[in-house]
Amino acid sequence: MISVSINGVAREFEQPMCVAELIRQMGLTGKRIALERNGEIVPRSHFTQQMLADGDKLEIVVAVGGG
Amino acid sequence: MSNDNLIIAGKAYSSRLLVGTGKYKDFAETQAAVEASGAEIITIAIRRSNIGQNPNEPSLLEILPPSKYTLLPNTAGCYTADDAVRTLRLARELLDGHSLVKLEVLGDAQSLYPNVVETLAAAKTLAADGFQVMAYTSDDPIIAKQLEDIGCVAIMPLASLIGSGMGILNPWNLQLIMERVQVPVIVDAGVGTASDAAVAMELGCAGVLMNTAIAAAQKPVLMAQAMKQAVEAGRSAFLAGRMPKKLYSASPSSPTAGIIGSTRN
Repeated sequence: MISVSINGVAREFEQPMCVAELIRQMGLTGKRIALERNGEIVPRSHFTQQMLADGDKLEIVVAVGGG
Repeated sequence: MSNDNLIIAGKAYSSRLLVGTGKYKDFAETQAAVEASGAEIITIAIRRSNIGQNPNEPSLLEILPPSKYTLLPNTAGCYTADDAVRTLRLARELLDGHSLVKLEVLGDAQSLYPNVVETLAAAKTLAADGFQVMAYTSDDPIIAKQLEDIGCVAIMPLASLIGSGMGILNPWNLQLIMERVQVPVIVDAGVGTASDAAVAMELGCAGVLMNTAIAAAQKPVLMAQAMKQAVEAGRSAFLAGRMPKKLYSASPSSPTAGIIGSTRN
């Protein structure tokens, strides 16, 4: 069991998982997003290699309207 | 006027109006207003994604594609240099390496006044990291010069508080800034209506960036068109060179000779 914070929300997962799988489970595959893991950018090209670890803090962002 | 371009970081833009994309009632209105404004550079914000609760949420970038517009990600809502830098690194990843950004680091939530100490710190980090920084700042000419020295590609002083619509409260400071910096000076924040935008351009500003003045108008699309015209008119007036003001004497526009009933010709 690993516990991960995603956009400030705690989530628990039974199995080890890569970032790409997490993105898929959230229905965000193919969407234009950017992801930061523990303060560092994870490039989209690394989503399949990057595994989640217990205690990870993720920020997943999109573009929205703003001035 | 066709070659009177706005040059930012070596790239030419034919429109001197930059617009935000916030506060519209829906994406259709956003798109129509942006279109009517003629703006080529449009600001966007970076915010947390939904994490599965709303999988079919439409994306802003579908209606305003990076292929058509120069998207300018901002750091609105950031109060520290660190948060601003993190936000823009995420933005660069989101936009496939796009490095032109709008830096704004705020001081307090009530005034949204820029924190220039944090802004300078963030600008240094971002410039060293390869970003092309357009910096929102106060109308302090000394800070403006320091931002230019750091390497910012445009200085964007406020005309008045963000979203206030109070217009240009200190035209003298804007001119002090323009006398000191070589990079484009773009009024950012405070414009309320078309005449404010025209005044900014008549002062010699390189451009105007606005959001609320359009989005909060009763008819945003019509106001976007008005702003386009005002920026163009103000720019033309600046280039034309206004007549000198005569404080205490009038000057007739019509001939003074040949008036009927006069005793001399």
